[in-house]
Order: sequence, then C-alpha cells, then structure tokens
Amino acid sequence: MSTIARYWAWIAAALALVALPHIFSSGASITMMSLMGFAVIFALSYNMLLGQTGMLSFGHAVYYGLGGFITAHALNIIGAGKLPIPLPVLPLVGGLAGLSFAIIFGWVSTKRAGTAFAMISLGVGELVAACSLILRGFFGGEGGVSTSRTSTLQLFGLSFGPQIQVYYLIAAWSLACVGAMYAFTRTPMGRMCNAVRDNPERAEFVGYSTQMVRFIAFCTSGFFAGVAGGLAAIHYEIVTASVVGAAPSGFVLLMAYIGGVAFFIGPIIGAILMTALQISLSDYTGAWQLYVGLMFVLMVMYAPLGLAGLLLMHRPLISAGVFSRLLPGYALAAVPALALFAGAVLVIETAHHLLVKASDGPAMRVFWVSYDANSPVAWTVFAALIATGFLAFRRTWPVVSGAWHEATLEARRKLAK
Amino acid sequence: MSAPALQLVDLHKSFGVTPIIRGVSLDVALGERHAIIGPNGAGKSTLFHLISGRFPATSGKVLLKGGDITGLPPYLINRRGLSRSFQVTNIFPRLSVFENIRCGVLWSLGYRYSFWHLIERLRDARERAESILEQINLAARRDVQAGLLSYAEQRALEIGITIAGGADVIMLDEPTAGMNRSETEHAVELIRRVSEGKTLVVVEHDMSVVFDLADRISVLVYGQVIASDTPERIRANPAVREAYLGTAASLEHADA
Repeated sequence: MSTIARYWAWIAAALALVALPHIFSSGASITMMSLMGFAVIFALSYNMLLGQTGMLSFGHAVYYGLGGFITAHALNIIGAGKLPIPLPVLPLVGGLAGLSFAIIFGWVSTKRAGTAFAMISLGVGELVAACSLILRGFFGGEGGVSTSRTSTLQLFGLSFGPQIQVYYLIAAWSLACVGAMYAFTRTPMGRMCNAVRDNPERAEFVGYSTQMVRFIAFCTSGFFAGVAGGLAAIHYEIVTASVVGAAPSGFVLLMAYIGGVAFFIGPIIGAILMTALQISLSDYTGAWQLYVGLMFVLMVMYAPLGLAGLLLMHRPLISAGVFSRLLPGYALAAVPALALFAGAVLVIETAHHLLVKASDGPAMRVFWVSYDANSPVAWTVFAALIATGFLAFRRTWPVVSGAWHEATLEARRKLAK
Repeated sequence: MSAPALQLVDLHKSFGVTPIIRGVSLDVALGERHAIIGPNGAGKSTLFHLISGRFPATSGKVLLKGGDITGLPPYLINRRGLSRSFQVTNIFPRLSVFENIRCGVLWSLGYRYSFWHLIERLRDARERAESILEQINLAARRDVQAGLLSYAEQRALEIGITIAGGADVIMLDEPTAGMNRSETEHAVELIRRVSEGKTLVVVEHDMSVVFDLADRISVLVYGQVIASDTPERIRANPAVREAYLGTAASLEHADA
C-alpha cells in the first residue's frame, strides 16, 4: 500500500477541515464547528478510558476543566509579562496541566478497577468541584477566570481575534490529537489497554501490571482532555467553575456512549452530534436535556454499540450490494416510528409548557400547529399518536428484521462465491 | 549442580481457618515434565495459584530457578520466566486470535508499555506470534474473535498465550479438561511439542495423559504431597492406591 493510500482518510479530513468554513460560513456555524473540534478531542480522550481500557470515569471533566483554567492563567501571565510565547502552543499548556493532575489523581484511582475506580473518579470530581468554590483565587469564584487570546506574541500577523482564525487553530489541534490518539490505539500500550479491558487477570499473567496499564492510559487521557480544555479556554476567553463539575463529566460520557465506545470513530460521531444538538435543540426547546437523556437511555437499552455500531453493521451489506433490500422495511417502519416520536415530543413539549411557562397562558405552538395546552382534544390526539405509533411499529418491525435476515444470508452467499 | 527449576518449601495456605495447603515441599528439576494429581478438592489448583502469585501463601517459600518469588505479583513472576494456563479458559475474548498471542509476546520482546512503537511495524512480534499460531494449529483462525472459537480451540489458544512469552517454566492447569478422546490426543501432542526443552508442571485428571506425559508425578491429598516419584513407582505405591481407592470407595458410599 502506498503511503498516500494509507493516509487518504487523514488527508481527506484535513481538506474537509480547511473547506468547511467556506461552505458553512456564517458566524454561528463557525462557532459550532469550533465547539465540535474540542468536543471531539474530549470525547476521544474519555473513550481511551471507557472503550479501550474498560474504565468508567464519572470525573473526566476535572482534567478538561483544570487544563482550561491553567491555560487561561497562562494566557494572562503571558499577556501581562509580554512573554514571547505564541497562542498556538498554549493548548499544550492545557495538556500538560491535564497530564499533571491525572498523574496525581490517577496514582490513587487507578490502583482499583471496575466499580471502585468509578466511585473514586466520582469522588475526585466532587472534590475538585468543591475546591472550585473555596479556592477563589485560582478558580475565580462565580465570575470565573477571564482572559484574552489576542494579547500574546503574534506570528505571521495572526491576531486570533477573528473566530475564523480560532477555528483553524482548533481544527489543526483536533486533527493532530485525533491522529495521535488513533496512533496510540495501534501501539503495544494501546493493545494492552484492550487486553486489560477484556481480561485483566490474564494480562497480569503475560507480564503486564494492570495497574500500570490503567495509570498510563489515565495519564494519556488526562493529557488530551487538558488540550481540549485549553482550546475551550482560548475559544471562550473565560473559564468558569462549572467546567470541572459533574455536568460536563456526564456529558462526555453521553457523547462517547451515544457515538459508540467500541469504535474509534464512535466518540467523534457522538461529539459532533451532541454538540450540534446541545446548541440547536436548546434554541427550540427548554426540555432539550430531557431529549438527550431519553436518547441515552434508548441507546443503552436497544443499541449498546452506539451510532457507530448502527452505521457499521450495514457495512458488510453495502459491500455485498444488498443494502437496498433493507430500504422498503425501513421506510415502512419509519412511518409509525415518526408518529410515536411526534406524539412523545408533543406530550413533552405541552407538559413542559404547562409546568414551566404557565404564566404565558395555555396557547402554544409545536410543529407549526397552534393549540390550547389544556385542551382534552389535543391530549387525546397525542395519546392516539403514541398508542397507534407504538402498536404499528411493533407490527412493522418483523418486516425490518426479516429483511435483515435475508440480506445477511444473501451477503454470505455472495461472499462464499 | 544447578538450582531446581521450581522449589516449594513447606508451603501453607489457609482460607480463614480452613487449611487448604498443609505444608507442601517439592522440587521440580530443570527440563522435567512434572504432573500433579490428586482427588477433587486436594488443593491442586490452589497450589498453582500460590506458585504463580494469584494468591499469597500463608507461609513457606516458592523458589524459581533459585530465586525467591514468594509474595511477588503475577506479572513479576511471569517476567522471571514462569507462565501458566488456567483451568477455566482465560483468554482475551474480544481480541482476535492473533492479537491474543501477540499480547502474550510483547513483554518478552522488550516492548513493555511502549506507546512510541506502531504495533503493525514490529516484525519480531508478528513473526513470533505467527510461529506460535502455527504450533497450536490456529493459523487458519488467525483473524477470528477469540470468544467465538470452539472450546477445544480456546483451550489451544490458552496454551498458546501461556507459551507465547517464551517462559522456560510452563504450568498448565487441566489442559485437557472437557475434551473428547481425539481432542485430548491432539492436546497431549501439542503439550509435548511446546514443552520441548522446558520445564513443565501440569495438573491433570486424565490418568492416561498423566502417565503418557510425565517424567515424575506428585500426588496431592488433603493439601499434602503423599508421594513424588516416577510414573511406574507411583502406580505401584500403596499409599497412592489407597488415597485414590479410598476416595472412590467413600464416594460410592455417599452415592448409595
């Protein structure tokens, strides 16, 4: 295989990152793509623990957040002292901060695996969150730590004032970090992470200290989380105590899991999708977190391999050329699924309106339809949508699974030839 | 005279107040194939766990090639050249067969915790893993996920992982358990081949395997070695016959 062919995916990704702001050139979309960039790094760093080494952490935002705080402080020191350090290297400061704190906290927490590790990570998260309220000098109290990215040494006339320049800075760091984390999965260390995930006892009997494997994975993960936090600090020019709290630690778990922890690409998909949802959905509905939570529960129950798993399970059928046989079944099942979905959304939105926006009166609008939130007719229609959607979905689902079965058999037959 | 490959000195192990291993002393010479037999519950697997570091001993010593390994964690014992298999198959189920073996060779080739080598570029690791795959007859199953192998194949893989690191003391815990006649014959052939020039300690229930394979046999009853000798003399030993007949007789009583 030629070098070009081996790296075509990376070259394509780089070209896409360069081209994207020219296609989606509005300020809002460039901001969103910037957010996606460090979310991808953060989610992938989390999956080094969960998907690759089998460590469930409830406190990963500690390394992201502390990376952000140290970067903001470093920016302020550099700005005040006119130190000759350019902005593009500052995410490295965040990474080293994440790494340092991961060494300290990881030394304790990686002595244990499984549930005990998860508990310790939760405890460390709470500890740092509590400190953020006490150490006001470092965490900046309720106002957080403000900084300015434009006060550093300027190279090639780049001020990093305009968002587009920040986008390219984030894109370059994202691509480099994704590449580095991908390479990590293909090293002896990365492979032993998988071995420890699969069977820690056996790993000990082929010469590896599982504690050391967990520790190194934890530190590496902390480094990349810190880089992501540093980029976030540069993007927002402010870091508040909420970034080290439980909410972002939970959100990174959602991003990685919904994307699919068993695949390298999973957390990338999850981070992009969840960032888009977080921003766009919150424009439409105050109950957006409820939707994200429901989506997570449904994924855990029915699609534990995540979105990447759902997509990649089609790959053998596509390469065998039998994918089109699934489409009639999918189209058929989509109708009741949509009805069920619409019914559920209407119930949630109407309930949300009555409970949260009661002072606005009962008149409301969802899906281009205006109605009275107290009307029994409306509620009857919602219930009917949910009930018929649910029952019809159960009737049409065998068509989908039957089509799957046949397409898989056909694909095997074609492969055997 | 060189030190024995493995030397147990008055080893004891109790779980709570229950003594399981009650003073085992045993020498296994370099290059010897040594079998440990005994009735169910005699403590054979526990003895394996004590030697390989899975459990700490209550008292006594374990010496590997003259060096004290008592109380060391399993990975340090493995690095000193003792490798073991498990009675219940203990593999990396989500990794491919090839990756299972490659995980077994990495430490011994000096790659340790390296994240600065790309694993696909390590020719020595690949070639070593491939040659092990040939030895255990799983080359054709190379890319299959290990958890999907048949039982006998998983047992072969278990042995493959055990020998992959090139340890010179190999311990196998019931390698033929649950196999049919022809699978057992294959397994014995495999064990003979891979233990060539090495020291082998094996726990086994199948007496034909034991007498076929072993240079020496130790009989463990109630946590004590009641005899340690050549197969012929073990066969003729009245104490051994009594221990086996005794349990057989008492089992019949229990059933009746």
